[in-house]
Amino acid sequence: MFENLVMHLPILIIVIPLFGAFAIYLFGKVSDKARNIFAFILLGVTEFLVLVLGKDIYTNGLRVYTLGATSAEMTTPANYIMPVRIILVVDALSIFMGIITVTIAFLIFIFSLKSMKEYSGTDKYYTLMFLLLAGIIGIEFTGDLFNLFVFLEIATIAGAALVAFFTHKAESAEAAFKYVVIGSLSALLVLFAVALFYGQYDALNIGYLGNVMEHSFLDKIAFGVLLTAFAMKAGSVPMHMWKPDAYGEAPGPVAAMLVTASLASMYALLRVCFTLYGRGLNTEVIGWIIAVLGLLSIFVGVSMALIQNNFGRLIGYTAVAEVGFILLAVGVGFAEFSSTGFGFIALQAGLFHILNDALDLGLLFLVSGAVLHATGKRNLNELGGLARNMKYTCIFFILGLCAVAGLPPMNGFASKLMIYESVYQFNPVFSIIAILASIFMLAVFVKVLYSVFLGPELKEFSSVKEVPASMLLVMGVIAVLIIVIGLCPDIFVNWVINPAARALIDYGIYRGMI
Amino acid sequence: MNIESSAIFNLPFITVVVLIGIGLYALMFKRNLIKIVIGITLIESGVNLFLISLGYRKGCYAPIYTNAPTTAMVFPIPQALTLTSIVIGFAVTALMLSFAVLIYKNYGTINAVKTRRLKG
Amino acid sequence: MFGTLETGYGYWSPIIWVITIIVIGIIIYIIWWLGEPTYKKGTEQTKPFLAGMPELSKEAVTVRADNVYWGFKEALKHYYRPMINSHSGVINDYICWFVVVLAIVFIIIWGML
Repeated sequence: MFENLVMHLPILIIVIPLFGAFAIYLFGKVSDKARNIFAFILLGVTEFLVLVLGKDIYTNGLRVYTLGATSAEMTTPANYIMPVRIILVVDALSIFMGIITVTIAFLIFIFSLKSMKEYSGTDKYYTLMFLLLAGIIGIEFTGDLFNLFVFLEIATIAGAALVAFFTHKAESAEAAFKYVVIGSLSALLVLFAVALFYGQYDALNIGYLGNVMEHSFLDKIAFGVLLTAFAMKAGSVPMHMWKPDAYGEAPGPVAAMLVTASLASMYALLRVCFTLYGRGLNTEVIGWIIAVLGLLSIFVGVSMALIQNNFGRLIGYTAVAEVGFILLAVGVGFAEFSSTGFGFIALQAGLFHILNDALDLGLLFLVSGAVLHATGKRNLNELGGLARNMKYTCIFFILGLCAVAGLPPMNGFASKLMIYESVYQFNPVFSIIAILASIFMLAVFVKVLYSVFLGPELKEFSSVKEVPASMLLVMGVIAVLIIVIGLCPDIFVNWVINPAARALIDYGIYRGMI
Repeated sequence: MNIESSAIFNLPFITVVVLIGIGLYALMFKRNLIKIVIGITLIESGVNLFLISLGYRKGCYAPIYTNAPTTAMVFPIPQALTLTSIVIGFAVTALMLSFAVLIYKNYGTINAVKTRRLKG
Repeated sequence: MFGTLETGYGYWSPIIWVITIIVIGIIIYIIWWLGEPTYKKGTEQTKPFLAGMPELSKEAVTVRADNVYWGFKEALKHYYRPMINSHSGVINDYICWFVVVLAIVFIIIWGML
């Protein structure tokens, strides 16, 4: 009986937020409290299911689920020669990203219970957040390329509608317009590449396509299009300019969720590079392209973040820089493509940095949301001296500052140390620029700390109170996670990250399950 | 592909390239926000045309079983994919146009150069 | 050992780092405790010396966020001016950058054939 439930978990984890998105709107018409309790129960159930599935995948290997078949592994119907059904494939990397996504969504939901209470339209806000969550989990669990396009579009549409939450402000609509144009352009180009694959091989499953692919000229064009489209959605330079616009205008919890959406697009890039193409490409050249894109992102992101005056926009530019770190590490890992040596350590460092990036930037965006909730201002020129009234928020911000700048003993230091050491073997100049950029990032956040929290007490902020306890609890949970991951990084790297990186390098297991 | 051997000689694929090219030109160089939305719609139409024209087999009929002359039919899967894509494109266009309406209400203009308070 | 991260070229152990910081903190506290106890707060000993001029209020001399890194921005203004101008905020420029990167990737892939 237990095996029966675990067999159906991949589709349940996608369907429950999707169903909840529309049921919450109906509950919201009844009363606010009923809606909050219902949403809390749904998210708690989803979190429990994804942890159960994670434990099962880490002990038993990857899991395939076929939609609409009599048994879950029948990807090929009777009397057919190739798998034509829609499948979900969950391996160690997918469940790693799924656990990150659902945990952050759960914490953000508890944060936005109090943070969004005074605005109207919170019914629609919760509906869109659940849709965004369903879209992101769909990107991470799918084994089919067209399904990836559909869930990518769902995540883009829900994310864009959430960026324009403050409809009375002019800049929110402008930022949301830019987000939806960039997102839908990249999704349409992904569909163009999918059509190229379908035209040549009549198949859309990632595993089957990986086995059958002949690396013709059209396949290389499709790879170029896919690489650029996913890099644009993830936010690497020079296509990063929508990121500070969108993160600066969205409310705090929404920005933390959008960080997870861009990390899901990075997961799709990893899936295409490693599992779909594997060693058939010239991995040295492609790895160099990805590493150079990452290096440019680090440098431009950090140097533009130093001169911003808007709290959310500044954190948006550092998000560009953090995505640059991940791209640099993954590019070095792809160029080497072996399960020993510095390439494997670089790949592990990149995946570890995805986890740390989601947590650190989530904490910083939640602090920004808390400051907006307490004072109503976002411009750094108008804030000052808030540490007298908001002590705990200041402490959490200092912890987030140390984590994102890579100071010991936080988790940011552990993953950045692995990145520096393995990229140094690849090319010393890359590693030196990355270390300098980390120092710049410390300078950026010390500026924010000084101008928002330290300094003399201003008259207009004398009546500012600390944020409610549920928001402090969420920020505290994320801070505790940051310290715990920082104090014992080897448990996470050996038990969680190592299977995920190995699942990427040994792509034969993924392709063989079809 | 069987389209080359039929009487229209690769014309759908050339049309796809022209449509996507005109759509990218409208996105890159036109300043009116409504023209940018039209550019996205053109790219979406080009990709849908590409999907549909991949399923063609020479001399076959539409894939409908009722009163079919023979059972030799074109591939039905790209038609299902294109239907999904058309619906998604419709939703995205509606969202983009509603953002354009909000921008006009707040700024008073829909020129992309004049509606840019978020810069630097 | 528990809590040691092997990076393949060395190791990082946060537990040893925390113990080291605590030991150094204890040494610093002992040095402070052996210090001079004749320091009185709130008297003339704690006021800043401004060559006899009166001290302005703290709100008037605090440096706001935009001006904190003024020296850095002035020194690098030849780098920052084209960077700020290229982040123009016009959506057509965003798409132009995307097409440029797509063209470069296509050229590299064509050269790789």
